[in-house]
Amino acid sequence: MVDADKIEMLEDKARAIRLTVLNMIAEAGKGHIGGAYSCTDIIVALYYGGILRFAPDNPSWGLRDRFILSKGHSGSALFAVLADLGYFDTSELALYCKNGSILGGHPDRNVPGIEADTGSLGHGLGIGAGMALAAKLNNTGQRVFVLVGDGECAEGAVWEAMVFAARHKLANLTLIIDRNRQCVLDFTEDCAPLDPFSDKLAAFGWDTREINGHSFEEILAVLEEPVAIVEDRPRAIVANTVKGKGVSFMEGILKWHHAVPNQDELFAARTELAQQTNYQAS
Amino acid sequence: MKPEVMRDLLIEDICLRMKDNKKIFFLSADFGSPALDQLRADFPDRFFNVGIAEQNLVSIAAGLGLEGFTVYAYAIAPFISMRAFEQIRISLALMGQTREVNVNMIGVGAGLSYDVTGPTHHCLEDIALMNLLPNISVISPSDATFMKDIVSYTLVNKKPSYIRLDGKALPRIYDQTAKPDFNDGFCQICKGEKICIVATGYMTHVALKTAEVLKNDGISVGVIDIYLVKSPDMDKLKASLNEYSIFVTMEEGFIRKGGLDALITSISSATPSPKPVYPLGFDDQYVFEVGDRKHLHALAGLGEDRIIEFIKSIN
Repeated sequence: MVDADKIEMLEDKARAIRLTVLNMIAEAGKGHIGGAYSCTDIIVALYYGGILRFAPDNPSWGLRDRFILSKGHSGSALFAVLADLGYFDTSELALYCKNGSILGGHPDRNVPGIEADTGSLGHGLGIGAGMALAAKLNNTGQRVFVLVGDGECAEGAVWEAMVFAARHKLANLTLIIDRNRQCVLDFTEDCAPLDPFSDKLAAFGWDTREINGHSFEEILAVLEEPVAIVEDRPRAIVANTVKGKGVSFMEGILKWHHAVPNQDELFAARTELAQQTNYQAS
Repeated sequence: MKPEVMRDLLIEDICLRMKDNKKIFFLSADFGSPALDQLRADFPDRFFNVGIAEQNLVSIAAGLGLEGFTVYAYAIAPFISMRAFEQIRISLALMGQTREVNVNMIGVGAGLSYDVTGPTHHCLEDIALMNLLPNISVISPSDATFMKDIVSYTLVNKKPSYIRLDGKALPRIYDQTAKPDFNDGFCQICKGEKICIVATGYMTHVALKTAEVLKNDGISVGVIDIYLVKSPDMDKLKASLNEYSIFVTMEEGFIRKGGLDALITSISSATPSPKPVYPLGFDDQYVFEVGDRKHLHALAGLGEDRIIEFIKSIN
């Protein structure tokens, strides 16, 4: 059982991050808000829930855990977290997607705390598997966490990496799938269906779990487990999420993949996020 | 000296370095060679066959490279250069600009090495494609003399590279004691009067044969072998080219699309009085007819007689 105070702290933090993301995207007039919101709780759990080992004052600390946001279009949520943690000044967030900023629409390694340049989908798991192999052979204990979108899993390279990671027993590798069931034009099951997704991952040799990706209790319960429950297997977590989570008029609506709120919508979204004093996962 | 297969000599040398240098990994996309059997037996913990998965080959190599390892990623040239192009672009070229990513792709089967194997295995695009990408060295050796020096170069250079190897056994062009200069990136093998042939890889052999035949006919042509196709020492290359008034480029690749001919054309066209550049290579179509390299060259207008005739016509 995860501590209730900790859950409340994480819910507060997630709400603050969502508000920051909203402001960043509204200010920039661009950004991918739906996918950022579907994975906000996962990123918050990783960084504030005591899961990742990291050092904001020393981003290249050798023993840090590696986190790759393979769905790079959700970079706004990660930027908000990294700034809050002190990787760079929070004033930089106001410059998101502006001339001369380090923060573009997708993460790159000019940004302190970013491990891999992502944006083109399907690359992160292979890179993460290479990093996990390096850590395993060095026997230095770093773990690698890769967060992919479910739409991204239509890319064949993701499955090539899955085969490799299972073959080489990369038990220090965790794949988290933001299963919001949407891509840009369609719902995943209507264009490149993935179900039964967990069964597929298990069949590929991964230690697979399915959770509610907006329940900190469930996220932490699985992330706090020793990395591999089934020995010598990489771990896959199918996190069932809602695209646009946190702002009711965005939730599950395709256009909020990368729509930008107008003034009325911005006001409504701010009001709703501010009112969620007891944020409940659905 | 009997012809040698470059890949085996390259792998033998990598294998030697792996004994002392524990940071070297060798990955293969299910592609072998006699020398690889030994490497695999000696270093089972630093050799990985990723399977027939060139995209993943490059991604895994990049992950290891980002963690400080030196990686050789080995596959058939058209497949690693084209199937995995975006992985190369992002994980090596793009990320290699901000951090050290010492991943060295070894593509075997340059040009028409895999002649009778057909157009899926011909590799006429790779030089132009790799030339497009920033931060990647393009190494195109013409014989086995280069192999040890290529490994030394990649270990010191510490940047991504694409090593384009011929698939066939080739005789040596250079003296066995010759030391390829990776600062220059090219070598003027013989000097001539008016015309200079600029070639790379297998076509350097064709260029030298052409020069020999022409010499017997009283025409002296120069031959320059370019082995760092993207990054020769431009000042030195310009100085060497400056001694001539006509250039002929020879490459087993599509012409007028950014390959070797583009390099020489760009040098010539930047001068106050541009000199003519005649690109010899493959026109804008694939070769479907089955045949050996000589046969396919003849079909593409690269037969020995045609080249001799052509050079005489422009002399």
